[in-house]
Amino acid sequence: MKHTISVLVENHSGVLSRISGLFSRRGFNIESLAVGPTQDPEVSRVTIIADGNEYTVEQIEKQLNKLIEVIKVKTLKTGECLARELLLVKVAAGADKRQEIMTICEIANAKVIDLTLNTMTLEVCDKYDHLKRFEQLIAPYGIIEMVRTGTIAIQKGSEVFAHKKQI
Amino acid sequence: MKMTAAQAMAQCLKEENIKVVFGYPGAAICPFYDALLDTDIKHILVRHEANGGHEASGYARVSGRPAVCIATSGPGAVNLITAIATAYADSVGLICITGQVSRDQIGSDAFQEADITGSAEPFVKHSYLVSNAEDIPRIFKEAFYIAGSGRPGPVLIDVPMDVQKEIIDFSYPERAVIRSYKPTGKGNYLQVKRVYSALKESEKPLICIGGGVPSSGASEEIKRLARIMDIPVITTMMGISVFPDDDPLYFGMLGMHGVKSANRAVNECDTLFLVGARVGDRAVRTPLALERTTKIIHIDIDPAEIGKNIGVDHPLVGDAKAVLGQLLELAENDEQPKRGEWKARLASYRTERKFSPAVPGTVNPREFIERLSAEMPADTVICADVGQNQIWTCTGYRFKEGGKLITSGGMGTMGYALPAAIGAKLADPARQSVAICGDGAFQMSMMELATAVQNDIGVKLVVMTNMRLGMVRELQTNGYADRQTAVFLEGSPDIIKLAGAYGIKALRVNSSETMESAVNALAHEEGPLIVEVIVDKDFPTL
Repeated sequence: MKHTISVLVENHSGVLSRISGLFSRRGFNIESLAVGPTQDPEVSRVTIIADGNEYTVEQIEKQLNKLIEVIKVKTLKTGECLARELLLVKVAAGADKRQEIMTICEIANAKVIDLTLNTMTLEVCDKYDHLKRFEQLIAPYGIIEMVRTGTIAIQKGSEVFAHKKQI
Repeated sequence: MKMTAAQAMAQCLKEENIKVVFGYPGAAICPFYDALLDTDIKHILVRHEANGGHEASGYARVSGRPAVCIATSGPGAVNLITAIATAYADSVGLICITGQVSRDQIGSDAFQEADITGSAEPFVKHSYLVSNAEDIPRIFKEAFYIAGSGRPGPVLIDVPMDVQKEIIDFSYPERAVIRSYKPTGKGNYLQVKRVYSALKESEKPLICIGGGVPSSGASEEIKRLARIMDIPVITTMMGISVFPDDDPLYFGMLGMHGVKSANRAVNECDTLFLVGARVGDRAVRTPLALERTTKIIHIDIDPAEIGKNIGVDHPLVGDAKAVLGQLLELAENDEQPKRGEWKARLASYRTERKFSPAVPGTVNPREFIERLSAEMPADTVICADVGQNQIWTCTGYRFKEGGKLITSGGMGTMGYALPAAIGAKLADPARQSVAICGDGAFQMSMMELATAVQNDIGVKLVVMTNMRLGMVRELQTNGYADRQTAVFLEGSPDIIKLAGAYGIKALRVNSSETMESAVNALAHEEGPLIVEVIVDKDFPTL
């Protein structure tokens, strides 16, 4: 089963390697890992999509918490969080296919962000499953290059996953 | 006060009341060595960085506080990794200071450059690569706090050479403030009450003492609790010496190489109370079977250990000393059941020690250990190495009240005993410190004899010579159709002559008479002293 784990960490160099090293040496399966700054410049937020049973997720949380620079860990429940991932894809498409692809983009809420005589570059930002379906729709035209960011997620509603300010 | 960062590093050690450090210099750590010269901190020049780390480890385990080891950049730092990993596996607080190439050279594959924070990452509790000299006082304060608090462990501080030479304004912080690190002290009160009830109501409870008990200084508390509640006690390898061997409540070490009474106790108890024990694979081979039949209570300061290797009915996160104190409060003001029948049953599993006659020209190593433990002072520190000698020592030495065992339980690092015994002796020179190792492990750290001689460290060393890597030989005999390979130590030096070359007195034990005189010398003569015990090559571990 897939789990969305949010981790607040000190924005120090080396933190990411501590986290990724922990996953590989403890044999945890990581599907994606996305990291970026938060509203506090001293704190970064890592979103990890990991595969495993309940026992594994509990161990992941506990082992992450043992890292000194990890401030807070929370597994976000599916259905209680909003998750997004960005996909950029370059498709082989001459003039004859453009209209078809643009129709797919319109339905799938994707954008054409670059165009050449024989390629189209598309952007779509949505849930993991949606991107997967979009990829399947586009594949027959010939995907030349594809890049995804990995999922980031935030809790629904007014509940906040945050840390106390450093005293 | 203005000073160089190197002087600040030395000053930090002074502020932390460090008296002795173990190290090996090199170009990248020279500014710090220069600054150390102006302090009264005693520097012990080791003969290999890994041994320096083990010496600090032995020192830390006797003093109860993190100890310091030092290495230069590159090969020096990388040599230290074995010691760091050994300390990490046994939760020993170390401060490892390494030199690093200058900041402008980092990443250029400069001479003696190694990414030590990266390479040691899996084995450290935390690490720092110092990029701003001004951070040194804060980093040292944090490092000592992290290494010694919670579940102790090694902390690495890597300092580039140019950083060491910068001038900073020094002031040592009074306390470390780390928002993301708040180790638990006392246990949750409701959970403590539940644990207490479960223990009290149990008909056949059993306490299993792990390394967390000596590490948190909770030996007195656990003894009192066991005696008040009349609960039998066993230990893991890391918990040995907390309970005196002759205590009627004590039933020995459990596990693959453990004693029958301890293993039967684990199988037959209805409630197993694990205190600072992580249920390692050598201690409990089939945790799944055990958790099905037995109520498991687990105290640990590291929440990640609870439920990791065995399912738990009553988890309790906290420091062993603090939590046992809470349990004692409840137990002391309450009527306690007597558990005569349960104890009598376990007592019936105790086996009488019989020593088979040795092959002529050798002695029975178990008999030697028995005689040694009868003669040595109660408070002797025994450092057991790894291999057959470790099991002979751990299951055979009869620890008395105040005794202490030090061994590499988690990592199983050969060559640990001699440097650990040197560190232990320096931490408490009034106590005897005896390393017991095999002839394999001895040759992994024998260069430390020079460290002992040079610094006049009165350590005692017992080398069990069987010309084999005995435990591997036995594994090949039993598991690989006796196809023995790569376990023969012929070609090893004559240990008595080698001792002579170092100017150390040495005795060889190969008969009952020589055993008596050697045990006497170990117990009563000044060290350093080496005793070589000749053991039959086929002598079994168990």
